[in-house]
Amino acid sequence: METIILFAPMVGALICGFGWKFIGEQAAMYTATGLLFLSALLSWVVFLGFDGVTQNIQILRWIESGSLSTSWGIRLDRLTAIMLIVVTTISALVHLYSFGYMDHDPQWREGEVFKPRFFAYLSFFTFAMLMLVTADNLVQMFFGWEGVGVASYLLIGFYYRKPSANAAAIKAFVVNRVGDFGFALGIFALFFLTDSVSFDVIFQSGPELAATQLTFLWRDWNAAELVAFLLFIGAMGKSAQLFLHTWLPDAMEGPTPVSALIHAATMVTAGVFLVCRMSPIMEFAPNAMTFVTFIGASTAFFAATVGLVQTDIKRVIAYSTCSQLGYMFVAAGVGVYSVAMFHLLTHAFFKAMLFLGAGSVIHAMHHEQDMRNFGGLRHKIPLTFGAMMIGTLAITGVGIPLTHIGFAGFLSKDAVIESAWAGTNSVSGYAFWMLVIAAAMTSFYSWRLMFLTFYGTPRGDQHTHDHAHESPRAMLIPLGVLAVGSVFAGMVFYGPFFGDHDRVNRFFGIPHHAEASAEGHNGDGHTEQAATGHGEAGQGVASEAQVVLAAASNGGDGHGSDTAQDAASKAKDGQAAAAAFGPVAYGAIYMAPDNHVMDDAHHAPKWVKVSPFIAMALGFGLSWLMYIRRPDLPGKVAAANWPLYQFLLNKWYFDEIYDFLFIRPARALGRLLWKYGDGATIDGGINGLAMGIIPFLTRLAGRAQSGYLFHYAFAMVLGIAALITLMTLTGGAE
Amino acid sequence: MIGLEHYLAVAATLFVIGIFGLFLNRKNVIILLMSIELILLAVNINLVAFSSFLNDLTGQVFTLFVLTVAAAEAAIGLAILVCFFRNRGTIAVEDVNNMKG
Repeated sequence: METIILFAPMVGALICGFGWKFIGEQAAMYTATGLLFLSALLSWVVFLGFDGVTQNIQILRWIESGSLSTSWGIRLDRLTAIMLIVVTTISALVHLYSFGYMDHDPQWREGEVFKPRFFAYLSFFTFAMLMLVTADNLVQMFFGWEGVGVASYLLIGFYYRKPSANAAAIKAFVVNRVGDFGFALGIFALFFLTDSVSFDVIFQSGPELAATQLTFLWRDWNAAELVAFLLFIGAMGKSAQLFLHTWLPDAMEGPTPVSALIHAATMVTAGVFLVCRMSPIMEFAPNAMTFVTFIGASTAFFAATVGLVQTDIKRVIAYSTCSQLGYMFVAAGVGVYSVAMFHLLTHAFFKAMLFLGAGSVIHAMHHEQDMRNFGGLRHKIPLTFGAMMIGTLAITGVGIPLTHIGFAGFLSKDAVIESAWAGTNSVSGYAFWMLVIAAAMTSFYSWRLMFLTFYGTPRGDQHTHDHAHESPRAMLIPLGVLAVGSVFAGMVFYGPFFGDHDRVNRFFGIPHHAEASAEGHNGDGHTEQAATGHGEAGQGVASEAQVVLAAASNGGDGHGSDTAQDAASKAKDGQAAAAAFGPVAYGAIYMAPDNHVMDDAHHAPKWVKVSPFIAMALGFGLSWLMYIRRPDLPGKVAAANWPLYQFLLNKWYFDEIYDFLFIRPARALGRLLWKYGDGATIDGGINGLAMGIIPFLTRLAGRAQSGYLFHYAFAMVLGIAALITLMTLTGGAE
Repeated sequence: MIGLEHYLAVAATLFVIGIFGLFLNRKNVIILLMSIELILLAVNINLVAFSSFLNDLTGQVFTLFVLTVAAAEAAIGLAILVCFFRNRGTIAVEDVNNMKG
């Protein structure tokens, strides 16, 4: 079943991309969408029927080279199950939505076929993302990681007639490469240290890595810190965190369903997923986690400030995505991975919803994206308005304070903020305040979007407003489904993700800490019991040793004493390792025994629990004041704080700084190499050789050809004389 | 007593005369052919001299082959010469520089 989930989108992509000429455009699109829905359905079956025990499903062996052994496999644990439903559900809905949205596109001339290509790309993207989340080793994950990058390049640049879309696609690809470089280095480092890329082996090695020193860039590092840091660099690129975020807003050049699928719900969450997936390493790297927290909090704040002043409806939501990803990283950074996943899940619903709603608005307004030209649309497109309203309520975190009743964002965001408050690393206080401020700003810009779009008087082109129309049903059904998710995802999943400790542990298949440490103390004596008691989850170094011991006794009769002795010594090593570090008991995520952040977060004071709600209310009030009560106020505020306004409008001048720091030097270097390296040296060299020296030699040789027989004869005699002399002198004839 | 050295000296002399005949001659292609014959004769004398000296008949047999080839070569060379003269009206070596680069 898992295999079908994984490969159905790929089959869909192939049939739709290459087969539409044979089966027709409509049939191709229906095939791709149908397979995606099948995949989504099966994902829910897997998710709901999942018992928390990690399963490994082998598909085929991939790379065997020296000690590197990589297979295609599905690692099915809770983390994967969550990502499966997120990816396939959103993707299936986006496929359906695209039937309506992509129906008539002004980018294409009459008779041009572009829809099968679009659907094929979407399905291919989904396949790559599934490959990423189901990977049971880092190489397979990297394959998915890059596949996602390629798919996003293709989709952002889908309107290839627009130069800006091509530029955005290249930018996304290049910025992601910077992060991928870190990710690749992290994989290399892990392989170097553990001699394996398989998660099972790597997860066991957390304590060892923490005790290992590694020389990198001319100085010594703690191996676990270094690996965690490098992997986080990769996550930063993919998840658009501060300094590597510049591609995300530009990626809005793609069609809106793409924005919803890739740049809100799934691809950008890959980084968060990576950090959670690597939690058995991350937990042993406190400094790297502090860095994660810091970057996450700063991103949340930064992106929220920029979102305040953007006027493009999609860009507002894009910065909001960036900001919410910051929230997730803060949660992961303080060590509460379940909350990061919780926010990821709820965010996927309401962000996809907001994007698809924005797409519906754009569709209604004939591809107008500037909010200054909207206004008063709630009567024209009431269903879209309702959906967007639910999405906004969800993202701003509306709910009843101090209870567990509220929209999805209310529960997950509060969980993140409480976790940040309870966090033990040195920047968690900073993170807490940044997130609260960001929550206020989230509320402000989200309501600003609503008020500018749906309230007030129609602005901009009157003709467009007159023809504004509700979207077709294909676009409204996904909105409805996502609305359900946005309302209930938080309340339904609060318990498993952020409920009391035991429940979370059970949900994620984490063995209890007390038991885990008991295993450690008793060493090898109780490993068999532990192994049977916890199945895959309780697998540790000690239980590995047990297996090897068993192998030793079996091998004794079959292969003679050599094998048995070898195995026995291995078993001894294993026991020694177990005695030194104790078995690392991990489930889908790993939380160190001394990680009490989640429990502390539950006991946060009331003011902490209420603070995001107050921030949200403040943001809403301010937004209402500025855009409903006194519509003249925003202009005045902007005029009064002109430098600040410009600073925010230009996105903190990140693009300009990068332009100055990297792009222009790179371009200058490129120009230099082009003009002088390639042009003068290489081209000049070859031209000089071919057009200068060779003709010169030719003329010289031509002059030797007198045409007189006696000259040739003379030359022959000279040659013979020289040869004979040489032979005589060197005795060459002997 | 006439020894091997004398034969070799004569052969060497003939060879050098032939060589100089080849590239000092500027007038007549026939002299070229004659020079080649001289060189071949020098070789033949060498072969016969060594054959006799070493009591090995192979050298003399080989000489007969060389003479045959020389005769054929002279015939072909003269035929070419006749053709050449018909075409160009001259057999002066100085005028033959069609291959000048």
